Amino acid sequence: MEDSFENINPKLYKKIDERKITAEDEDEDIVDEFDAREIFDLIRNINDPEHPLTLEELNVVEQSLIEIDNKASTVHIKFTPTIPHCSMATLIGLSIRVQLLRVLPSRFKVSVEITPGTHISEAAVNKQLADKERIAAALENNHLLEVINQCIGIKC
Amino acid sequence: MGTLELKQTLTGHRGRVWNVCWHPNGTCLASCGEDKSIIIWGQQDSKWVVKTILTEGHTRTIREIAWSPCGNYIASASFDSTTAVWDNKSGQFECNATLEGHENEVKSVSWSCNGHLLATCSRDKSVWIWEINDDEYECAAVINAHTQDVKKIRWHPNEEVVASASYDNTVRIFKEDVEDNDWSCIDILSSHTSTVWSLAWNKEGNRIATCSDDQTVKIWQEYKPDNEPGIVTPKNKSVWKCVCTITGYHTRTIYDIDWCKTTGLLVTACGDDIIRIFKEDSDSDPHQPSFSMVCSMGTAHVQDVNCVQWHPTVPGQLASASDDGLVKIWFYNE
Repeated sequence: MEDSFENINPKLYKKIDERKITAEDEDEDIVDEFDAREIFDLIRNINDPEHPLTLEELNVVEQSLIEIDNKASTVHIKFTPTIPHCSMATLIGLSIRVQLLRVLPSRFKVSVEITPGTHISEAAVNKQLADKERIAAALENNHLLEVINQCIGIKC
Repeated sequence: MGTLELKQTLTGHRGRVWNVCWHPNGTCLASCGEDKSIIIWGQQDSKWVVKTILTEGHTRTIREIAWSPCGNYIASASFDSTTAVWDNKSGQFECNATLEGHENEVKSVSWSCNGHLLATCSRDKSVWIWEINDDEYECAAVINAHTQDVKKIRWHPNEEVVASASYDNTVRIFKEDVEDNDWSCIDILSSHTSTVWSLAWNKEGNRIATCSDDQTVKIWQEYKPDNEPGIVTPKNKSVWKCVCTITGYHTRTIYDIDWCKTTGLLVTACGDDIIRIFKEDSDSDPHQPSFSMVCSMGTAHVQDVNCVQWHPTVPGQLASASDDGLVKIWFYNE
């Protein structure tokens, strides 16, 4: 397995600090809208399919590349594959989509795209990730679902 | 602007509902979805109620259902790569034929106008034509014409001509060549810039409306050989021209479109949860038609609208299906 890695020595990035809980956050009478940090916390610990590292540690996801509009119920995420010909790009995008599909309220429309200019098959991968029918079919594939669940499963 | 009045919300499916289809005489409605079941709804004291639930025909999502023109059969297309045909000869619907052959998910199924042919299309990029003789289904053609996943297949309303829409951004028209009994592509409709999700023929069958992930609707007009405006038709075959693009209304993917055979109104199902209705302008030039939006029903559903279909006989009535798990019956008031 080791020698089949596409990107043998990926560059590592520092994790950001844990979110500080404010008094306002704990006040039940104040409505806490979703923010980019919250979305980031939901996806930062997704595991890379080939390295024992999180998407945050590989800089695949960044808080600054997350847009959220609570009023319009839209979440837009850009992710950056570690190398421009990464064959795992679709699987990574799929894991991000599935994680948000499971944890966010169903009113949210989630779109997941490759950061422009960071992958050779960017358009094809984006089109695939935007096609909910193909995503639905993929999630009925038990083998694929197992791989995605492994990526999403937070390390103990 | 007209209004869309909600007549009834039909609950019964678990999870996403992909498709609804009216019985040809309009007395019942079938729906299907990710729960692998088909629900047949009928009217009782002016309310729509569950009449029958068909299960165990498929092992994965049922993507689409279609009533035969005679109304005695239902065909169902499934992600399990088969198409099932149900009949009610015994007094209740039973699955008596399973059509196998596609390599992966079957996305759409359609009966020809006389009920003698069935067409299916799949993620495997192919379109299959099945011939029906005494309840026997024989594959008459496998057409590998598209370069990607085929999303929708629809027969011409009164001829044996079939149109398919694809992830490859095109719509293709197929017809049997009388000389060698071979099904071939007679035209490729290219103009959309992303997946074409659905298509609908008008009543006469000389126009097709298509809808796409590019957030536009396009109207295509058939020009037969020796047509009046002098459109060139190579090899003496009809050509289809995009004569109108309806743009600027939809804010997300348009998943379905239907063209009412009684009123001529177009209805669309969109990923922005809105159902919209369009009408051709009365002073519109047939070779350069213009369409106006006459109704926009915001939050028609609380998630993506996957399917819309006009009632076959009651003008203005329509059914919709959504990711929110609901089927809704609407009435359009001008």
